[in-house]
Amino acid sequence: MDTPLLEVKDVSYAYHTKSGETPALSHISFSVEKGEFLAIVGPSGCGKSTLLDMLCGLLTPEEGEILLNGKPLSESVTNIGYMLQKDHLFEWRTIYSNVLLGLEIQKKNSPNAREKVNHLLADYGLDKFRESRPSQLSGGMRQRAALIRTLALEPDLLLLDEPFSALDYQTRLSVGDDIGKIIKREEKTAILVTHDISEAISMADRVIILGKRPAAIKKIIPIVLTIDNRTPFTSRSAPEFKNYFNEIWKELNHNG
Amino acid sequence: MAEITSMSRGQKNYLQKLRRDSQIVRLIRILIFLVFLALWEGSARLGLIDSFIFSSPSQVVMAMYHMILDGTLAVHTGVTIWETIASFALVTVFGVAIAVLLWCFPKLSSILEPYLVVLNSLPKSALAPLLIVWLGSNIKTIIVAGLSVAIFGAILNLYTGFCGTDPDKLKLISTLRGTKKDALFKVVLPSSVPLILSIMKVNIGLCLIGVVIGEMIGSKRGLGYLIIYSSQVFKLDTMIMSIVILCIIAAVLYSLINVAEKKYRKHF
Repeated sequence: MDTPLLEVKDVSYAYHTKSGETPALSHISFSVEKGEFLAIVGPSGCGKSTLLDMLCGLLTPEEGEILLNGKPLSESVTNIGYMLQKDHLFEWRTIYSNVLLGLEIQKKNSPNAREKVNHLLADYGLDKFRESRPSQLSGGMRQRAALIRTLALEPDLLLLDEPFSALDYQTRLSVGDDIGKIIKREEKTAILVTHDISEAISMADRVIILGKRPAAIKKIIPIVLTIDNRTPFTSRSAPEFKNYFNEIWKELNHNG
Repeated sequence: MAEITSMSRGQKNYLQKLRRDSQIVRLIRILIFLVFLALWEGSARLGLIDSFIFSSPSQVVMAMYHMILDGTLAVHTGVTIWETIASFALVTVFGVAIAVLLWCFPKLSSILEPYLVVLNSLPKSALAPLLIVWLGSNIKTIIVAGLSVAIFGAILNLYTGFCGTDPDKLKLISTLRGTKKDALFKVVLPSSVPLILSIMKVNIGLCLIGVVIGEMIGSKRGLGYLIIYSSQVFKLDTMIMSIVILCIIAAVLYSLINVAEKKYRKHF
């Protein structure tokens, strides 16, 4: 088999402050294959976001290493897209120029790249809102715009840090479905961090369960659902869904 | 506008009430001013107050009329306005530039912080005589005096504002592989425009204060000079006139920036 897209090997991390250190992650190891959708669940404040920050290169692990396509993160040319909890669209830019932000920063704002962005905007129904301000869009549309901003850079790996947590429940279901379909359609590899168990099962091919801080991997559960045309929304009505939910729930609430 | 044609009666009444309220406010404002003028003029004419010391509206207007005719008023007013605008422009440019510098180099800012705080709380009128000795009695000194009143507060406020930028927005820039420069130009500065405008509104008034103080101590032109001169020769009409003109200048300069701010807000 080929080298996996991402390999996390025995990674540990602690936060340091004057009053002492807080261990956040302890000996985390897992790998992600190309095209896979991985979800990481854990209690809030367990260090899930820290893990994503490290995968994105914003933080460097204190111990262990992270390999992308077999190379250390710092040497890797693989592009990583990161979607944050909120959309953070800038009010002083139009939707179009918000979406171009990443290309602008990486100096890739070529006609070709813009062409691709135009396609994405058209495909995902934001064409009419190109010149709108973010405040004129609904929460779901803003999240789509944020995803397009990330996809514009053509990332090989997408990191999603509870991207739906700022939305109300109903919007959350439909945006989750929406974003999940887009990611499948664009054939992206993705890692989703969430504390919502059903969201994790509905979107992921595999779920990693983290324990309380300092987070260590408690279990990795592959999700196999017997339904046709699996989307995040239809997954919820799969017969196995409930069993997975209970299994993860137990694992999370099991002392440790 | 479809709303207007199909407006309900309740909405119409509500709008009417709003309009009437704002009319009443405006009317009373003007009335207070007129009553004040009438009382002042009346008591001066009836001898209730000494018009030599307290002057009167008609005397102020006469003084203004004579000074407009001989052209001196235009000179003094022009000098004060020009000095104020020059020092305000310098405060804005240097204030933003230095605040950006401090934001870029956090170590520099923690080193300089106590100095800035002391300089900011120092009564700047204490500096004016020193500036005159150092720079001489000229327009440069007056502009520096205006600058010295506003600059330190501007730097501190802008720097605090820059540091208050949403950390998640800065994180977004990092996740897009942006540098500190990207963070500055794409997040910190654009998100600080409202702050910069509101600080500018305060600064224009502060610059005027500094300029008038400077003119009072070391100048032969400008409204500050005119106030001191006329107090020494007991021309109270001229003195009060100068103060009135200062009020008008302050109001006009403030409203200019206010208009700019409104334009900006409307845009977004």
